[in-house]
Amino acid sequence: MIIVFAVFLLTLLVLTAVAVVRTENLFVAVMLMAIFSLLMATNFFILDAADVALTEAAVGAGVTTVIFLGALALTAEQEKPIVSGRWLPLAVVSVTVLVIIYASFDQPRLGDPGAPAHQHVAPWYLEKTAEFIDIPNIVTAVLASYRGYDTLGEVFVVFAACIGVLFLLSVPPVKPQKSKSSDNSSGLRHHLIPQVVGRLLVPFIFLFGLYVQFHGEYGPGGGFQAGAIIATGIILYALLEGEAAALNAIPKSVLMAMVCGGAMLYGMVGVAGMILGGNFLDYSVLHSDPVIGQQMGIILIEAGVGITVCGALLSIFHAFAERD
Amino acid sequence: MYFTVSLAILVTMVLAVIRALKGPSVYDRVLAVNMFGTKTALLLSVVAFLYGRPDFLDLALIYALINFVGVLAVLEFFQKRSAAQGHTTKD
Amino acid sequence: MLLDILSWILLCLGGGFVLVGGIGALRMPNFYTRMHAASLTDSTGSILIVVGVMCQAGLSLATIKLLTILIFLLLTGPTATYALANAALLSGMKPQADTDEGRSSS
Repeated sequence: MIIVFAVFLLTLLVLTAVAVVRTENLFVAVMLMAIFSLLMATNFFILDAADVALTEAAVGAGVTTVIFLGALALTAEQEKPIVSGRWLPLAVVSVTVLVIIYASFDQPRLGDPGAPAHQHVAPWYLEKTAEFIDIPNIVTAVLASYRGYDTLGEVFVVFAACIGVLFLLSVPPVKPQKSKSSDNSSGLRHHLIPQVVGRLLVPFIFLFGLYVQFHGEYGPGGGFQAGAIIATGIILYALLEGEAAALNAIPKSVLMAMVCGGAMLYGMVGVAGMILGGNFLDYSVLHSDPVIGQQMGIILIEAGVGITVCGALLSIFHAFAERD
Repeated sequence: MYFTVSLAILVTMVLAVIRALKGPSVYDRVLAVNMFGTKTALLLSVVAFLYGRPDFLDLALIYALINFVGVLAVLEFFQKRSAAQGHTTKD
Repeated sequence: MLLDILSWILLCLGGGFVLVGGIGALRMPNFYTRMHAASLTDSTGSILIVVGVMCQAGLSLATIKLLTILIFLLLTGPTATYALANAALLSGMKPQADTDEGRSSS
């Protein structure tokens, strides 16, 4: 059964990827990337990785398309023709592919319980999560507590990426912008039906984002996904009412405070653990009962992750939208 | 039974991808992407039951909610571009 | 038992509808007819499949989630189709009701 799904989805994935590379129209490439992302999410889902699939769904379905289109509005629609020098990259890629295919012969079969990855610390996580942290979703336990350092690193990567994009895009444009009067028509205010339906959806997207944020200990979800979903809700609002209305609702200073504050909240939880006598990011000391301490720590750092991701995605979106 | 239905949806997804690859106009491609998104939501809700994991319906829910945002973004992109082109060609 | 048969019928019909919609979206001669095929069977197929799965789920949280999925799909699908058709029409793509192409292929 899984073989049939895998054959279908992986074939489509390869087809779409080749088409993305081959096409010279960048708009077509953006549309195909949307399909690629949907396929990836379905693949993760078929492989039972619900948390990863939810991340791909939250980021890929809405935010990436919007940001790609924002970037596309700043550039030409056709790819520039490549003049020469394609042989060296081809050789490098071919050698790499051959090496990877050779390495894949040593890979254990899909779902093999004897695989090294399932022998090292994974059984310990599976056995001890109920005792130490007492939450049903072990992925969240691994991500937020056992591997808290890795997640902290990821949050700082998001933070750094946001700062980098803002540095690149906040350079004032060379050409004087066309008159501001055309900006007033931004947004879909003249389209009645999408606006009515979209307005109806915005609160539900927020509600669902909060559900994913606070339900991450029990089902698939967590800070990354929730941040992306809430950012999508605000982007939908910006699309319907124009950028100005969205910036009025959540000004840039608040967005920057979110990006920095979320990352700092995460770090502060770690420091609080140190002050209370534990190790960095050791949540057990946050409460007299170590299990409740762990749960408190996970909720706090997930909130930090969510705030940072939401702020970063929105800052990048506004940075792109401002340029055109 | 679930498997048959998910197979039908998968075949439809293949057809949508072919339409997205062929699509003479850009609108055909947007249509194909939109169709692919709804089909993904349907496939995920069927597969969640095929696997016996109704928890996973969250994913289908997210697609049902968010797929729309992509289409609206495309429309706004078209609107902005035609406004910009109208600006340059009219003068 | 009756519920099983009902859900089986609904799911099979839904799968058929979705498949027909996909074939229509691939085979129809111009953009608006393709959109018609994709969107009409999209909504019908969604209703049939989701209601079919709901019959299997019984009265639980999953049914409520499926109902929300259905409502959101039914809200967003036609809206997206409308908006897309509107954008295509504004861009100057005229719906051709009676073209040579349509006549020759019919």
